[in-house]
Amino acid sequence: MAEELRRIQLPLTPELAKTLHMGDNVLLTGTIYTARDAAHERMTENLKKGIPLPFDPKDATIYYVGPTPAEPGKVIGSAGPTTAGRMDKWAPEMISLGARGMIGKGKRSASVIEAVKKYSGCYFGAIGGAGALLAKHIKKCRLIAYEDLGPEAIRELYVEDFPVTVIIDCEGNDLYKSGRAEYLKLHNEKKQ
Amino acid sequence: MRDIDVSVITDEIEKMCMHANRHLPKDMQEGIKACRACEDGPIACTILDQIIDNFQTADKEEVPICQDTGMACIFLEVGQEVHFTGGALYDAINEGVRRGYTKGYLRKSVEADPIRRGNTGDNTPAMITVDIVPGDKVKITVAPKGFGSENMSALRMFKPSAGLQGIKDFILETVENAGPNPCPPIVVGVGIGGNFDHVALAAKKALLRPVDSHNPDPFYAALEDEMLEKINELGIGPQGLGGKTTAIGVNIETLPTHIAGMPCAVNISCHVTRHETEVI
Repeated sequence: MAEELRRIQLPLTPELAKTLHMGDNVLLTGTIYTARDAAHERMTENLKKGIPLPFDPKDATIYYVGPTPAEPGKVIGSAGPTTAGRMDKWAPEMISLGARGMIGKGKRSASVIEAVKKYSGCYFGAIGGAGALLAKHIKKCRLIAYEDLGPEAIRELYVEDFPVTVIIDCEGNDLYKSGRAEYLKLHNEKKQ
Repeated sequence: MRDIDVSVITDEIEKMCMHANRHLPKDMQEGIKACRACEDGPIACTILDQIIDNFQTADKEEVPICQDTGMACIFLEVGQEVHFTGGALYDAINEGVRRGYTKGYLRKSVEADPIRRGNTGDNTPAMITVDIVPGDKVKITVAPKGFGSENMSALRMFKPSAGLQGIKDFILETVENAGPNPCPPIVVGVGIGGNFDHVALAAKKALLRPVDSHNPDPFYAALEDEMLEKINELGIGPQGLGGKTTAIGVNIETLPTHIAGMPCAVNISCHVTRHETEVI
């Protein structure tokens, strides 16, 4: 597993995604979009009615986050990842539209992993519960849609050196399975 | 009787909601540091370093530790000699939550209806539990609870024949199913006994205890230690990426129960397990 940090400039093209491997620690710079459950539901419902997404999904990265409100003079409040699995219902459709990057925490379904493989995407893990630290890497924040959803509104963020780990790469490798298996293998070898 | 104006409760809860969300309790800080000291894998160490950096940053800069500032779980132990004046107690509690979450720039995470949704905009209503106790004091505990971990909790109505082994298996199964989702290293609150509703509350109250504390009954204290060891053998590790520390602590609370049953509730909580208490 790579120890050194690699800097990545977004957007996440399929060519770029193909260079990312499970376990890589990377720093993301560029524009990303926030969306949680309610926003995903509304976006996909709107698509059925022919209403386009509030952002261009081509090579976009979606950050599953509902930040705390920004205090005066600050860009954003605390902003760590929410549990990504809740977005599994909608993620394959979003990936198929081009939004191939996802930032969250926690397990993903087989259909999401399949979509990541098929469309050359990437699921990045950020440290859950580290919202105070992660917010420091968010340099701009602009509400672009669904203001009525409050913390679940869609925001366009500009991030610099945002620290994430590649959890699921476009070959379908899953660090939650491999990382734990590797630890247990080493641990059990030590025991013997 | 001792008269207490409910505005005192409002003011206290306002302050506590803000403070609890910015300052991780000392027992949790020490528990996480102890996890860091025993880990040797590079991934687990890096993650724990960042988790420690995060709560220290929140503490110093007075910002929320986590963006999920939770539902406000408010526990009151009210001395039976207390007479509340100046308004309704529950309204006063909710006003404290409303002010604390608004003035403190905390996230408003409460939906007015479970099916039809709709954010209430001020994080009310709080989840309120009131117990009547002897005396003329009021003990207030504020425990903001995030839902990444709440969603991974479970309750099962065991029959007595399931025995201690059934309980042990259920605790491990719940932690296994949770995997990386509840932001490990976690705190595991376990309720055993009572009935359907009281067992869940017992599990929640177990999370209010300091993470390094033990059940006063040596039998359950030993079970807490045994389960912590077994959970940490699962290898889930910090953030689920593998490691020795899946849990920081296991707290068990029990209740007498019915001849036909042995309910068990497992309330999972993240590494940002917040609780603070004041006595008025």
